[in-house]
Amino acid sequence: MATTETPGPARPAEPSGGVHAPGRAAIAARHLRTDRWWLAPAVTATVLTVFVVYSTWRAFANADYYAAPYISPYYSPCIATDCVNMRGGADLQIFGPWWGLSPALLVLIFPLGFRLTCYYYRKAYYRGFWAAPPACAVAEPHGKYTGETRFPLILQNVHRYFFYFALVFAVILTYDAALGFRDAAGHWGHMGLGTVVLLVNVALIWVYTLSCHSCRHIIGGRLKNFSKHPVRYRMWGWVGRLTAHHMALAWGSLVMVAVADLYVYLVASGAFADPTFF
Amino acid sequence: MTRVERHTYDVVVVGAGGAGLRAAIEAREQGLRTAVICKSLFGKAHTVMAEGGIAASMGNANPHDNWQVHFRDTMRGGKFLNHWRMAELHAKEAPDRVWELETWGALFDRTKDGRISQRNFGGHEYARLAHVGDRTGLELIRTLQQKIVSLQQEDHARCGDYEDRLRVFQECTVTRVLKDEETFRAEGGRGGRVAGVFGYVRESGRFFVIEAPAVVLATGGIGKSFKVTSNSWEYTGDGHALALLAGAPLINMEFVQFHPTGMVWPPSVKGILVTESVRGDGGVLRNSDGKRFMFDYIPDVFKEKYAQSEEEADGWYADPENHRRPPELLPRDEVARAINSEVKAGRGSPHGGVFLDVSTRLPAEEIKRRLPSMHHQFKELADVDITAEPMEVGPTCHYVMGGVDVDPDSAAATGVPGLFAAGEVAGGMHGSNRLGGNSLSDLLVFGRRAGLHAAEYAAELDDDRPRVSAEQVDTAAAEALRPFSVEGGEPGAPGVPAENPYALHQELQQTMNDLVGIIRRAGEMSEALHRLGSLRERSRSAGVEGHRQFNPGWHLAIDLRNMLLVSECVARAALERTESRGGHTRDDYPEMDRRWRKTNLVCELADRSGELAAVDPSAGQIRLSRRDMPPIRGDLLALFEKDELLKYLTDEELGT
Amino acid sequence: MSAAPAPKAADGSAAYIGRFKVWRGDADGGELKDFEVEVNEGEVVLDIIHRLQATQAHDLAVRWNCKAGKCGSCSAEINGQPRLMCMTRMSVFAPDETVTVTPMRAFPVVRDLVTDVSFNYTKAREIPSFVPPPGVGLGEYRMRQEDVGRSQEFRKCIECFLCQNTCHVVRDHEENKAAFAGPRFLMRIAELDMHPLDAAEEAGLDRKSAAQDEHGLGYCNITKCCTEVCPENIKITDNALIPLKERAVDRKYDPLVWLGNRIRRR
Repeated sequence: MATTETPGPARPAEPSGGVHAPGRAAIAARHLRTDRWWLAPAVTATVLTVFVVYSTWRAFANADYYAAPYISPYYSPCIATDCVNMRGGADLQIFGPWWGLSPALLVLIFPLGFRLTCYYYRKAYYRGFWAAPPACAVAEPHGKYTGETRFPLILQNVHRYFFYFALVFAVILTYDAALGFRDAAGHWGHMGLGTVVLLVNVALIWVYTLSCHSCRHIIGGRLKNFSKHPVRYRMWGWVGRLTAHHMALAWGSLVMVAVADLYVYLVASGAFADPTFF
Repeated sequence: MTRVERHTYDVVVVGAGGAGLRAAIEAREQGLRTAVICKSLFGKAHTVMAEGGIAASMGNANPHDNWQVHFRDTMRGGKFLNHWRMAELHAKEAPDRVWELETWGALFDRTKDGRISQRNFGGHEYARLAHVGDRTGLELIRTLQQKIVSLQQEDHARCGDYEDRLRVFQECTVTRVLKDEETFRAEGGRGGRVAGVFGYVRESGRFFVIEAPAVVLATGGIGKSFKVTSNSWEYTGDGHALALLAGAPLINMEFVQFHPTGMVWPPSVKGILVTESVRGDGGVLRNSDGKRFMFDYIPDVFKEKYAQSEEEADGWYADPENHRRPPELLPRDEVARAINSEVKAGRGSPHGGVFLDVSTRLPAEEIKRRLPSMHHQFKELADVDITAEPMEVGPTCHYVMGGVDVDPDSAAATGVPGLFAAGEVAGGMHGSNRLGGNSLSDLLVFGRRAGLHAAEYAAELDDDRPRVSAEQVDTAAAEALRPFSVEGGEPGAPGVPAENPYALHQELQQTMNDLVGIIRRAGEMSEALHRLGSLRERSRSAGVEGHRQFNPGWHLAIDLRNMLLVSECVARAALERTESRGGHTRDDYPEMDRRWRKTNLVCELADRSGELAAVDPSAGQIRLSRRDMPPIRGDLLALFEKDELLKYLTDEELGT
Repeated sequence: MSAAPAPKAADGSAAYIGRFKVWRGDADGGELKDFEVEVNEGEVVLDIIHRLQATQAHDLAVRWNCKAGKCGSCSAEINGQPRLMCMTRMSVFAPDETVTVTPMRAFPVVRDLVTDVSFNYTKAREIPSFVPPPGVGLGEYRMRQEDVGRSQEFRKCIECFLCQNTCHVVRDHEENKAAFAGPRFLMRIAELDMHPLDAAEEAGLDRKSAAQDEHGLGYCNITKCCTEVCPENIKITDNALIPLKERAVDRKYDPLVWLGNRIRRR
């Protein structure tokens, strides 16, 4: 099957380790699954690759990220002096003119880190890119496996700090979305398709962030006795209900954040005029 | 001499269900070296199938509950055939045994104030069953298993060996209880002290002998002798047969409980249990006319205790103080007979059962919360959503009330020093019918007692320990190996194919199901005895192919001996008892007879040597005798109203 | 009864002759053997194996017990998927599909469909047991339903060991077996750590750190196969393993929590 050709530190399929270890049932095939088990990791890898390519281009582009009143989520907050002037927006000019690269690179590291260490994305890319394992009961091609026991993967344990940052970002993006109710001149009382796009985006960012497993733990999971903390217990229940959909929310918000950026790009580059509702 | 693996322990427990594990824990805590032998993997015993709960009068749900009430319910449920002392010990000790589980890590469902929640069950006056959803048996077995692991960890910390004083022999089957060499000969083969057990390792087929002065039988029941049963393959009556072969008598073997609600469709799952909690939590039984037929089947002895109308019955769930119980919660024998009658009268469901409906009684979410594994079971196995449609159910062979005749206090088997029995394999505790929830408490109470007294017995022996003779081991090994050397129908007659043990087993199940089932007639039972005789003869030529390593055909051929012995006990005792009582219903003697109340039927091996080969096949292997029960202690009798006692006890017994 | 009948075979009858490949052999070798067996309405894979035993292969070794999905004995791999044979209905396969049944492939095989699962019992012994709270007598335990709920979910485990079998950490890497307890027993640690009355901490035992330091929690890369195969639908990853990882982080990698604990202790 496909797994034997997977590149990387591949171990040939001769009977030696894993399902072919001595003593186990002597079955030559590395797996006997008859369903389309490869579909999910293939889709995962494809979508993530497309997203990474698109986002890399947009992050380095340093252009067309602001179309008043809309700011691309890739560039918010904008914390370099060479950011375009965003009326009332989160441009904070912390980094001086010495920063010659795109300002997106300064901030994207946080949402990137949040998603990279996310308990769902870990599953997705371990399966999709690493093939560890490619699918359940399908032998993986690696000769050795240490999981998250040592550097660098032991760093996955810092997920909760990225969660704290993600909260800050969610607040900033909420602010950005609110600014979408102003027109290009800065007067309140505007709403365009871009407003809706940013609202949907920030809503998905919020539910994805709150559905985080670290959040569930901090809210109440770490308690031994729920009965002594009724409020946190109830909140833990709510978060738990979101956490059950963490995968769907992860994909939803991933696609939406790219769509939001793309929308701003299209409007900013003049390819598309933002339809205004009022 | 046969090559066998040998071990020496102080106490050997045969069986690793609730009773066996509880006995082993107790023996080990007394400081004795203990071995547990289980037929399947550790933690898979049939106890995991128990769903409803553990009956114990903790009084958490209703403060009026106490051991006297529990005792009364147990005696009523068993139609006063229970050994009163066992029922008394059981009712008194059950709460401690349940609480003890909590200290070992069990997590029962809780009441609002944090105590163990208790649920209603058939025959119990108050909500009394400690439970965990509908998987109480799993919680029980897992807790005991983990307690054993914790004791092993203690030993490991002390001496570096997990199995220093407590070892579990997984996937091993015992085929003989061995006797002390000297006394065995001196008493003509039958008597003599226990010296250990002989068995085989299922995985490798190798034989082993564990020498031990005390053996606790905790092997469970006999359900695999019947076609429609809730019991697993393990329930082949091993302990019953081992006791008989060791010279110990069995009592009450005519009483076999048919659980009223087993699955009836699809055929492959026919017999699998539908927990009584479905009814305890509001489920009702209806026939094909949609009628709640149980109101028509309330027997006179229970008239005052059960509701006469649907309104009254429905009020009981919320307000049990001012309403009488719904008749769906009558003892199991009554409900099983009622279902049987409805189906016979042509008012059954399409697949030959009746409807058990909880979908119109509780909201879907509530059903899923209270009966999660039932929901899962029907969804997965029958494609039925019990929150939306009724289940189809019918009686299934569930439990044998009969078993090894034991001393109530010590669980020691009659007449065989060193042999103990606890749990389903022991007889007397439940009389003619067991109440739901009383089996798990029985396992704990008498499992502990058996372990304690086996340990005391073994400890007192000092150097005077029994010894196993090589001759006995050789005989046992030859017996176990016979299926491999069978060539044809007649030993030595080539060309005739050997009997297929699977086919023999199916015929046995069909015979017991059809002829000694839920409703019995003299003619049918005589016919059953006749057929059992011929099956026994044919089983001597049951042959198997392959080799000894994990060979299920061989295992079944060996188990057939036990099932045939036990089936004969059931059939003989059932034919003898000319009345209907609890788990024994005679079409030709439909009434309960007070004169039979104080009589136990005792089964013993006809050939006292324990050698099965010598017996004339037509005569059978079991000798039946009658024995009077000890009179019930006065203060316990005083717990009942005189009027009620009159229904059960003869005038002489009441001293009037 | 309103139960939906199993899909009918092509010729309209409920019974058909199914094609099966069943692995037969032992530790020295073996092969997939072809069988043709009758399949009836409503049957599960274990029924077919039993029919094989009774009619064609009397000595076919299979481990089973309750046949109702409650004991977790009949674990095997069906068309390469780890499953309980008693809970896999034949109706999920097309009548013309060849169904392959093999033993679990993460454990040494004993014979035919029976594997040596002693790895799991060894691991079970390495997990420190429940520590009862000192000074609380029989009948004095008080626990709220909301406090026992989490651990109760994990105690639904029937120990079928399908999660242990599927987990690539040991399935694909025999050498990891010594260091890794497996999902079932990491879940056991989570169960005890969430037990409202477990007094391990007071007795000087830190289950959270031990999970990572001694039982190999770090090997888990949360790829969720344990949850996918669990016949009891326990959310092993979401509710046990990830919370346990977070608890280990509390102990080992979170200065905020550490600081908070220091201040509160003052």
